[in-house]
Amino acid sequence: MRTDLVVIGAGPAGLAAALAADARGTRVAVLDAGPAPGGQIHRQPPAGADTAAATAPPHVRRTWRSLAAALAASTVTVLTEHHVWCVEPGFTVHALCGPGQDEPVAVRAAAVLLATGGYEKVLPFPGWTLPGVLTAGGAQALLKGALTAPGQRAVVAGTGPLLLPVATALAAAGTEVAALVESAGPTALLRHGPALAAKAPEGAWHAARLLRHRVPVLTRHTVVRAHGSAALTGVTVAALDRAGHVRPGSERLLHCDTLAVGHGMLPHTDLAGSLGCPLDGSAVRVDAEQRTGVPGVWAAGEATGVGGAALALAEGHIAGRSAAARLRGAAPDPAGWSAAARARRTLRAGAAALDAVFAPPAGWARQVTDDTVVCRCEDVTAGAVREAVDRLGAEDLRTVKLLTRAGMGWCQGRMCHPGIAGLTGCPPVPPRALPARPVPLGVLARQATEEGTA
Amino acid sequence: MSAREPSARPGPGCTRSFTVTFDGREIEVLPGRTVAAALLAAGVTSWRTTRRAGRPRGVFCGIGVCFDCLVTVNGRPGQRACLRPARPGDVIRTEEGTGHAD
Ligand SMILES: Cc1cc2nc3c(=O)[nH]c(=O)nc-3n(C[C@H](O)[C@H](O)[C@H](O)COP(=O)(O)OP(=O)(O)OC[C@H]3O[C@@H](n4cnc5c(N)ncnc54)[C@H](O)[C@@H]3O)c2cc1C
Ligand code: FES
Repeated sequence: MRTDLVVIGAGPAGLAAALAADARGTRVAVLDAGPAPGGQIHRQPPAGADTAAATAPPHVRRTWRSLAAALAASTVTVLTEHHVWCVEPGFTVHALCGPGQDEPVAVRAAAVLLATGGYEKVLPFPGWTLPGVLTAGGAQALLKGALTAPGQRAVVAGTGPLLLPVATALAAAGTEVAALVESAGPTALLRHGPALAAKAPEGAWHAARLLRHRVPVLTRHTVVRAHGSAALTGVTVAALDRAGHVRPGSERLLHCDTLAVGHGMLPHTDLAGSLGCPLDGSAVRVDAEQRTGVPGVWAAGEATGVGGAALALAEGHIAGRSAAARLRGAAPDPAGWSAAARARRTLRAGAAALDAVFAPPAGWARQVTDDTVVCRCEDVTAGAVREAVDRLGAEDLRTVKLLTRAGMGWCQGRMCHPGIAGLTGCPPVPPRALPARPVPLGVLARQATEEGTA
Repeated sequence: MSAREPSARPGPGCTRSFTVTFDGREIEVLPGRTVAAALLAAGVTSWRTTRRAGRPRGVFCGIGVCFDCLVTVNGRPGQRACLRPARPGDVIRTEEGTGHAD
């Protein structure tokens, strides 16, 4: 298949981009790994399911209704259950389809737009590898995409704006939410009121639901340990002092079979990295038109920095308009997207302020005992990582990785890098993984043969 | 523990539930669920042991990033349960270590 623009990711950023480009005469194909378009925030329930228990704030539902209607009225091609594992310069986008992800598909395009979103960051703590502990977003994905609650009694913990919707979704699904444990303090939340104002209607909606379901909210608290042997049986929570350290004697046990935990989001940069797009910290670097440093490659949404769905929509819109103009050989007129640019500016400033409020507690690494597994894939403990630094003299993550195997497993460091960077004091480096998805050897072999005969 | 489906009642137009097996036991699955959702709904929270320490694991990130949820489906090891759609008759097995007989 050949098209003008391939958009990777059908979340708010990708859909806004696709619609903007389509409206300007560009042929667009959107590829997404999921079973339906929508991305994380608009993940759809299974077809035909009774969605009485599925809840999202009214404005989120409204946004989805208008996106879905615009998509239906457009000529955008949406290819779901397409897992993109590689983008070749030029561009050929390689995806895997089918339930076992073993049927290769290639789509050729003159331009590529990366709208791959992000994933949740979780810092390690004793017991975090027990079955029953999962990311807050993971719990949300199960609730939205499968109408399945991960357990019967849950604690939602960590920090960040995602905890609130996850706690209300769990409660609405009939799970008893024993507590929402947020490490940020209430005064910090208030001080940054203006930044949170953009989230205010949503926040109020969720807060009312928490009250209705009588979910206790513990601010300036943290989970210090998850308990259980074969599965989670409870967590110990403790109060934090103003410096972010656990207050001795404040620990108490909460019984639960589920812990939904998260400490913020990280951008998906693997495809961008393999294309050679320069990064800014952990995000894909883009200019005012959302162009990456590689000609013909645009990026939008959480992949370019975490800031929520409204920011993703604004960035996607600008990226789609820019790509449509550039593909015609014309310079785009930014005056046409001034409203989106204004929204982008405000929302990015808000996101930076939220980042400051929802920073993990300063003392988190002290709670990580030496026997705590920090690299989930390779079973590497905090003790081994500390030894690599203290005794073996490792000074960067690469050396820690070589000495301990931390970050060398299947997830290629996506899960453990933030934790290991925090434990060692080494600067975090975004994992560069290629291919972006595990590829069956048969597919690689077939591709090599095709290239050899081309 | 047992997880539950808050909206287990099939709605209008919903195709019927089907069965798969997990380590030989029959499990009822609603259409459109992933293997992970199917197992959780049946009260199963872990379906893998780690390669080095042999620790139990189940779903963690829920979106295909962490590879904690690897499971063997129809003889093929290393499938991410959180992404793989469950299909009628799937034979799902606990994965030990790499999932290969090594
Ligand atoms: C698990 C999870 C749950 C979340 N739940 C909520 C919520 O309930 N409410 C809320 O306000 N925010 C939620 N968020 C935050 C969310 O990231 C933003 O609100 C918003 O959805 C970001 O939009 P986006 O378009 O940038 O990315 P996303 O919405 O994340 O969309 C990215 C899309 O790209 C696809 N993709 C990525 N890589 C590939 C690939 N290699 N091949 C094919 N497809 C690919 C993904 O399947 C996904 O559909 C959640 C985040 C996560 C990680
Ligand atoms: S739960 Fe993380 S990959 Fe499936």
